Amino acid sequence: MGFIDSHILSFMTFLPLLGAAVILCVPKGKDETIKWIAAAASFLPVLLAVRLWFIYDRTMAGVNVASQFQFVEHYSWIPSINVEYFVGADGISMPMLLLTALLSFLAVIGSWGIDKKIRGYMALFLLLETGMMGTFIALDFFLFYVFWEVMLLPMYFLIGVWGGPRKEYAAIKFFLYTLAGSILMLIVLLALYFNTTNPDTGAHTFNLLHYMSQSTHNGWLKGFDVRILLFLGLFIGFAIKVPLFPFHTWLPDAHVEAPTAISVILAGVLLKMGTYGLMRISFPVFPDVTVYFALPMAILGVINIIYGALCAMAQSDLKKLVAYSSVSHMGFCLLGMAALTPLGMVGASMQMFSHGMITAMLFFLVGVVYDRAHHRQIDGFGGLGVVVPIYTAFIGFAFFASLGLPGLSGFIAEQLVFLGSFPVFRTLVIIGAVGIIFVAAFHLWALQRVFLGPLNPKYATLDEINAREIFCLAPLVVLILIVGVWPMPVMNLMNASLVRLVDLVKAVI
Amino acid sequence: MFLGNLASVGYFLPEFAVTATILLLVVLHVVTKNPKSTAFGFLSLLGVGAAILLAGVAPAGAGRSIFEGMVAHDGFAIFFKVLTALATLVVIFMSMDSRDLAGRSQAEYYVFLLSTLLGMFLLSSATDIVMLYLALELVSIPSYLLAGYLKGQEHSTEAAMKYVVYGATASGVMIYGFSILFGLTGSTQVAEIGRSLAAGKATLPMLLAAVMVAVGFGYKIAAVPFHMWSPDVYEGAPTPATAFFSVGPKAAGFAVLVRFYYTVFAAADPGTGLWRLTSSVDWPFLFAALSALTMTVGNLVAVKQDNVKRLLAYSSIAHAGYMLMGFVLLTSAGIKAILFYLVVYLFMNLGAFYVVVMVSNATLGEEISDFTGLGSRAPFAAVALAIFLFALTGIPPFSGFIGKVYLFAEVINRGVYWLAVVAGLNSVVSLYYYARIVRAMFLEEPKDASAIPVPAVSMAMLVLLAAPTMILGVYWEPVARIAADSVRMLAF
Repeated sequence: MGFIDSHILSFMTFLPLLGAAVILCVPKGKDETIKWIAAAASFLPVLLAVRLWFIYDRTMAGVNVASQFQFVEHYSWIPSINVEYFVGADGISMPMLLLTALLSFLAVIGSWGIDKKIRGYMALFLLLETGMMGTFIALDFFLFYVFWEVMLLPMYFLIGVWGGPRKEYAAIKFFLYTLAGSILMLIVLLALYFNTTNPDTGAHTFNLLHYMSQSTHNGWLKGFDVRILLFLGLFIGFAIKVPLFPFHTWLPDAHVEAPTAISVILAGVLLKMGTYGLMRISFPVFPDVTVYFALPMAILGVINIIYGALCAMAQSDLKKLVAYSSVSHMGFCLLGMAALTPLGMVGASMQMFSHGMITAMLFFLVGVVYDRAHHRQIDGFGGLGVVVPIYTAFIGFAFFASLGLPGLSGFIAEQLVFLGSFPVFRTLVIIGAVGIIFVAAFHLWALQRVFLGPLNPKYATLDEINAREIFCLAPLVVLILIVGVWPMPVMNLMNASLVRLVDLVKAVI
Repeated sequence: MFLGNLASVGYFLPEFAVTATILLLVVLHVVTKNPKSTAFGFLSLLGVGAAILLAGVAPAGAGRSIFEGMVAHDGFAIFFKVLTALATLVVIFMSMDSRDLAGRSQAEYYVFLLSTLLGMFLLSSATDIVMLYLALELVSIPSYLLAGYLKGQEHSTEAAMKYVVYGATASGVMIYGFSILFGLTGSTQVAEIGRSLAAGKATLPMLLAAVMVAVGFGYKIAAVPFHMWSPDVYEGAPTPATAFFSVGPKAAGFAVLVRFYYTVFAAADPGTGLWRLTSSVDWPFLFAALSALTMTVGNLVAVKQDNVKRLLAYSSIAHAGYMLMGFVLLTSAGIKAILFYLVVYLFMNLGAFYVVVMVSNATLGEEISDFTGLGSRAPFAAVALAIFLFALTGIPPFSGFIGKVYLFAEVINRGVYWLAVVAGLNSVVSLYYYARIVRAMFLEEPKDASAIPVPAVSMAMLVLLAAPTMILGVYWEPVARIAADSVRMLAF
């Protein structure tokens, strides 16, 4: 186990890629084989993630100290410009790694019904998983950027080839938006590279941890105006991914057109990359600007909560409703982070983890009904509760988790966010808390229209949810319940690092 | 310390190899009964292959000025010789495969191709303005013939005509600029001209000369506003020739651009890797503006194109704009970025054209709609084309991304942020039109779903072009080192 343990992050990242390579070599016509290979290649990271959970030392903080990271691998990659293969895990990345491994595996199982060009689908999906994992483990900015961009191509094809009726439009819109953000990030990345030095060698560096020590910054980078511009460049790049209010318009299109499993990954993992990037890079590298922009960020967060909820309420398409609910929920993350208190930060991180699971459930469930009814119009159903009771139970659970019912994980996360940010932004938190009413309203209203009331005779013979679909949902149900009742294990995972992060940012005040 | 004529011969072997091949082709063409034989193609391959080997094993050293100061033999020239010869090699393969050229006389075509190559060899090493002008014409005139090679096709004839008129005008303006320089300094030696100009204070005539010469070189690299010829020529010429124009003469154009401006209008600061302007003529700013204009016009117009060859023509204009960014910075790292970019550009652009040749052979068309459903009709070629197109966009993990990183990095290092932002926005725009082809290939269903056969040779060639495009995106240290060394040896 020694070798595996010391390279566990690399294994988690590149096993899916290996799986993709194997899939490309499978002879024609063996679709079942391809699916099983994909399942195996995405299940192994789950096993490794379980191992990570047990061997991760929860007292080590990470964030800006290299020696406090765990499972570190540090090799030179391109020596002439000091690009390194530098990966490691800390409390910021751990929950995301676990979430990515789990959701990727479930998404492969959820894609079992895909019958068109299965080879390409699975290969691209596994490549996507490599990109996601890599982004969460990278501690070298160049490496981070490469992984970040590697996700774009598979996502474009997965939406564009296997998506719904407006797939071409949605795919290119997603691609263009994200690329625009990435290019900004690239410019910031290069500006940071040329204006910082590795304290050991005196050469320029892409090492993120070096950037976090302000002493490595040269004179130009110390100017506050410059730092504001660089921060904003990064922020827009990440905000497009989250997505924050003015940059969110790609999301409804992409989510609605993407095939079910890809929506799950988009909402469950990809959105988290934006907030993860803020925690991993923006906050610790530019603590002074973070403090300066704390209030605007909190306002954006609250706008997201309310605006997302109101948009969701106006939707007639169930999937679009779920998509906008993500906009709303990601607002909580930003509010919690902007408060710059340990509690708020943990709340934000919890929200990322918990929303990943809840939204995955919601998209799976919407996919289930779409597969059977071939439409998703909320008003086109009615009284489904009698026909498909098990399915209704699942979706009821997911909806209540999503609206923040106590005892489920969403409640814990939102409460932590509110508790953490209330002392800092009183008015905003009160407004945000009112937003919860809207969140609850659109969930309950949709639930009522689809599952209660008189039965729509068209769907009197709708098939009940099947075993494979339940297999995708059950682990999420269990986890949402456990985290909702007993969140301490997960909070312990992230606590040390987030406290360190808050200290690091607060140190500049 | 110029080498005399006889002593120089040993440093001129690649040129001799190409010349010998040309002569042999001419003689064989007269003697043979079958001028359409593919043997001419193989013979050209051998000749160019020999030239690459001879250029590659060239005697090392700090660089020499040979033939009484007419031609430089240094790392910079060798780099471009190998690069342009490689491009020619791929284009010969492509030509042997092309439907455009089948049934036409082969020998003449290859004679023109190799003559252009010889011209590019000389252009990238010329250090005397007379030599330089001759070399430029030696590149241009066979190019006109190549563009018009499809005798009887209106497009091809129009292309050649347009090319001649634009080329003649541009080179006329350029030689007028040369004459001003000669009048100011009384020398035809580039290095000597540079020294004299640095000593004098003739700002206005220098500005005039700098601008006029820029017209000639700008035409060769197809920079806006001297690009008007290129879309029509690219569309009308036989596709392999188009591929050739988009890489070979463009690379040679960059070689002469760098060598000329960095010698005549700037001087190196030894040991710093920097150049400084020798006069108040701010030509770097002029070219920075041209760079921004070139990439923006190239990309914006490409968005509207439905013909893939035209689209790639505009895209190659845009790429010249990106590469010009490296030229305006007056640093060796900037030149290195251009050299690196040219290497990755060679593979990705020729690769894209290779697939276009294959598709137009099979479907008789070059419109984007002819690519519909290629993903299922010829999956291998379609995936390869997608790789080339995304590399051209500059998306990791493909080599084009690394090329862009080097260019962007040096621009940012020198603090020209506005140019970096313009280039960044351009990259986003370029994604849109490259993705249109990808969309047609993979996202849309074909009307005619019959499989397109891909010959084994083409498949192998695509692998040879796609492999560097992918490998250089993940591990590019050796190429970066070669590019850096080639700059360092730049001797005037």
